[in-house]
Amino acid sequence: MPQPNRLTPDELLRQVQAEEEYARTGRLKVFLGYASGVGKTFRMLDEGRRRRERGQDVVLGAVQPHSSPDLDDLLNKIPVIPLLEIEHTPVMDVETILRRTPLVCLVDGLAYDNPPGSRNLHRWQDVEQLLAAGISVITTINLQFVEELREQVESIRDKRVHVSVPVAFLHRADEIVVVDTPTDFSVARTADSYAAAEQDEAARKLSQLRELALLLAADVVDEQLEGFLPAEGATPAWGTQEKILVCLTPRANAQRMIERARVICDRFHGELFVIYVGQSDLTADGQAALERNLSLARQAGAEVKLMTGQDAVATIIEFARQQRITQIFIGHSLNKSIWGRFTRTTVDRLIRAAEGIDVKLFPH
Amino acid sequence: MSNSSPIKGRLKVFLGYAAGVGKTYQMLEEARELKRGNTDVVVGYFEPHARPDTIALMEGLESVPLRAVEYRGARFEEMDADGIVARNPQVAVVDEFPHTNVPGSPRAKRWEDVIYILDHGIHVLTTMNVQHLESLNDQVFNMTGVRVRETVPDWVVQQAAEVVMVDLTPRALLNRLDRGVVYQGDKITKAKQNFFKESTLVALREVALRETAFEVESRQPATNAAGRVLVYITDDPSSIALIRRGKRVADYMKSECLALVVSPAANVSHLAPEQLKHLQKNLNFARQLHLQTHEIIGSDVAEHLVAFARQHGVTQIYLSRPKPSPLSMPFTKDLVEKVARLARDMEVTIVAERVTKK
Repeated sequence: MPQPNRLTPDELLRQVQAEEEYARTGRLKVFLGYASGVGKTFRMLDEGRRRRERGQDVVLGAVQPHSSPDLDDLLNKIPVIPLLEIEHTPVMDVETILRRTPLVCLVDGLAYDNPPGSRNLHRWQDVEQLLAAGISVITTINLQFVEELREQVESIRDKRVHVSVPVAFLHRADEIVVVDTPTDFSVARTADSYAAAEQDEAARKLSQLRELALLLAADVVDEQLEGFLPAEGATPAWGTQEKILVCLTPRANAQRMIERARVICDRFHGELFVIYVGQSDLTADGQAALERNLSLARQAGAEVKLMTGQDAVATIIEFARQQRITQIFIGHSLNKSIWGRFTRTTVDRLIRAAEGIDVKLFPH
Repeated sequence: MSNSSPIKGRLKVFLGYAAGVGKTYQMLEEARELKRGNTDVVVGYFEPHARPDTIALMEGLESVPLRAVEYRGARFEEMDADGIVARNPQVAVVDEFPHTNVPGSPRAKRWEDVIYILDHGIHVLTTMNVQHLESLNDQVFNMTGVRVRETVPDWVVQQAAEVVMVDLTPRALLNRLDRGVVYQGDKITKAKQNFFKESTLVALREVALRETAFEVESRQPATNAAGRVLVYITDDPSSIALIRRGKRVADYMKSECLALVVSPAANVSHLAPEQLKHLQKNLNFARQLHLQTHEIIGSDVAEHLVAFARQHGVTQIYLSRPKPSPLSMPFTKDLVEKVARLARDMEVTIVAERVTKK
């Protein structure tokens, strides 16, 4: 039996190449805010100052036009590469920064678009260039500027924004920090006014945004975890996040399973996978049903995996371990079974093999 | 005076994921801020092994003296909850929420002391790490190989008015560790071999972020409750993990969680004393986590379990995984099958204890 944690030579090679690539590029650190005025810029500048005090070469590549005595004090301690002004738009001077090659570049306000004709359309692409040149970047962004969250945030804030950064860019961050607002723990409130405050619309909106920011950070952190698992040869850690795997079989009530999986996944803010382990003897009807179910799975936003394997149970379990699945959903048809003559069905074997994974049974 | 105060104090939890992320520091900063605003703040308990920066923040804050407890001839000091109540400040600062008191203390757990203080209308600021949350115990064991003994039931944290995460990236935390800010001497090397591996810290941090997000979400106006979860309890130790898991899923689904024991005869007289002890332990554990427990009599476990579930509007049944050896409990193997067959209108979930590591 192959050792699940031992890498093949190809995997090893890829890992070494990935590590070399990693060593060449700069590190990306993101301060994520969910409301303005929470102090992202302060945190970024303060980290820049501390790094300078430790002897690192830090420059400020871009800063937004806000001012406060605290910020001014920090700004005086870090050399600034002035922004270019192109068509009345502030543009980061990537060329000068590349020539200067600092160890760390601070970039305030990641979500800026550059005017047409600039070397990059978006500031986050400027940052990509700095990283590729081996310059580490510390940057700030507000939740509403994350492309994939824009609609959700807009519905909470009731405000539209016109620039954005793809979430995939944030996923590559080496470090992400949610800049949390100092919450208002006022002790003067009475029970009544506290109840009133709970209904306070602004507080509710802020909570929703705060939750989104925490979950986004958790997703970024989960990506980092993926990076460790092979490198440290560690057994994957289950349970940092709920991940549900729905097993399709030709007769299973796929719709019910996928719907339930979606609901549970949403409550846990987890991830949804749907797997089908191929059978060669599918009838035309079976094939059509499978196609329908796969399309249901894709509509539900599941990551769909088609696999082949002699042993369906082994294939499912192996995939589940790789993906750190916490719950497996599978159909059963136990209505026809005769008490006392329970044979080792697929379901029975799956339950026995799924050590550490919940198995949820759905009748056909 | 125990019931003279109709308004309960509010609880604020500073949640972290490891020693050294700055929970106590942030809590004391808030205490100082409150004091500057003329709030009457006292420190009820402060962890004496704290870092110098943190100790400096204690200056100028009033402390309620600890209370000496004699246990087996030795002298221990515990927080004096009655002393705090007698002092009656507006806010009490209580470090190390999951702490277990020395036997002979008025209450077994510090979180029980805190509830007592809150009941007297005093607000409390407290600190804990996410790995001490009861429902995460098995997952944390799986991630770290450490079985955390001092836990806080989830419903206690749910009662907090606010949960804030004290966040520091694992890399920054490891830097602090290397600089000797968190521990000194051998403890640094030891810590790095165990808990303070970067991958472990990253995993715990993810759990803390998600938990804080859940705490934020669950304080929002509730969405409709959906169905009920039933956990089937026996005298087997696997019931513990099953209870944690069933309750956690129920909490996330905003469902009620029930626990059921089915015994073939009244007064569970068929059980050997040892089994009975385990069964009581499991039932008590369920009650501590605020599951509604029921005991019914019936010879056919599956039939009675499913009938009970149907009567009580249960939509999900949680069962332990059958034992690997068919000899241990011959009928358990068939229990899953029979329940699944009878409960075709419900979801049946089989939970395997998460004990794969070590």
